[in-house]
Amino acid sequence: MHFYGTEIKSRLLLGTAQYPSPAILAEAVQASGTEIITVSLRRETADGSGAGFWGSLQDTGCRILPNTAGCHTVQEAVTTARMARELFGTPWIKLEVIGHSDTLQPDVFGLVEAARILSGEGFQVFPYTTDDLVVGEKLLDAGCEVLMPWGAPIGSGQGLRNPDALRAMRAHFPEVPLIVDAGIGRPSDAAQAMELGMDAVLLNTAVAKAGDPAGMARAMAQAVEAGRLGYKADPMERRDMAVPSTPVLGMAEFA
Amino acid sequence: MKIIVNAKPHEVAATDLQSALQELGFAGSSVATALNGSFVSRSQRAEVPLAEGDRLEVLAPMQGG
Repeated sequence: MHFYGTEIKSRLLLGTAQYPSPAILAEAVQASGTEIITVSLRRETADGSGAGFWGSLQDTGCRILPNTAGCHTVQEAVTTARMARELFGTPWIKLEVIGHSDTLQPDVFGLVEAARILSGEGFQVFPYTTDDLVVGEKLLDAGCEVLMPWGAPIGSGQGLRNPDALRAMRAHFPEVPLIVDAGIGRPSDAAQAMELGMDAVLLNTAVAKAGDPAGMARAMAQAVEAGRLGYKADPMERRDMAVPSTPVLGMAEFA
Repeated sequence: MKIIVNAKPHEVAATDLQSALQELGFAGSSVATALNGSFVSRSQRAEVPLAEGDRLEVLAPMQGG
C-alpha cells in the first residue's frame, strides 16, 4: 500500500489525543504496530510544553500526519497546514474543514477548495471527507491521491453508519487508497471497514478511551489484519435460507 | 507596543517578529507562527515588522486525532 508514493505496511493509523498519560500513549502506539500517527498544532505556552511532546513523538519512529482539526474555514485550514509543514517537516496534511460544530461533519465545499490550494503548494493532502462519491471525485480532481471517508461522526464510536456508501466508494475508486477516518468504536467496526475493501483505518478515541488502551490498540491491529485478509479471501455470498453444510448424502435412516 | 499573542495582550519592545518571540520566551521552542491570520515562516520572521494591535499566533506540536 502506498500513500503518495510512500510504502506503508500497517493498515492502522493512530491518533495521539486523549490518552490517560504520555506513557500509555507510547504503549498504545507500540502495541498497535502503526507506522503513522496523527498530531495537531495548538497554542504554545512560554514553558515550551509542545517541544516535550514533539520529542516523545519522534521517539516512536512513526511518520507524522499533522491535522487541521478544529478549522472551520478554508483560510484557517490552509494557514494551519502551512504552519504544520514547517513544524513537522512533512508535506503530509490531514485536511479537516469542519462545517458543523455538533456533528463535526466536513464542510466538503471548503474542503475541496482548501485541498486545491494546498495541493498546488506541494502538500500531499489526506482529506477527511464524507462518503459522497461526487465530493470524492472533486477531491481527486483537486490533487488528492488519498481519500478519508468518515465511518461515523468523530469521537462517536458508532461504527460504520453507512457501509453501502463505503462499498460504493471502493467500487468507484478502485485504485485510490481509502482510509476510514472517524467513528470506529470497536475492533469489529475496524474489521468491517477492512472487509469492505478499505485500505486502512484511522482511529483515536476507540483506543485512547478504552479501559486498557494498549490492549485495545493490539485488538484493533488484529481486527484490521483479519478484515483485510477476509477481503482478500473473497467472502461467500449471503443466502436467505439455510443450506446444510454437512453432506446429506449417506445419511442413515433410523425410522 | 501592545500586541495580541495567542489571544492574550502583551507589551513588547521588539519591532520585528523574531525579536518579539525571543522577548516572549519562545526562543528555544519549536514553534510555527502566523501574524494576523497569515503564516510567517521561520526564515521570514526577522524581516516581518510588528505594529500596534497585531495578532500573533504561536503554535506547537500537540496531541491530535
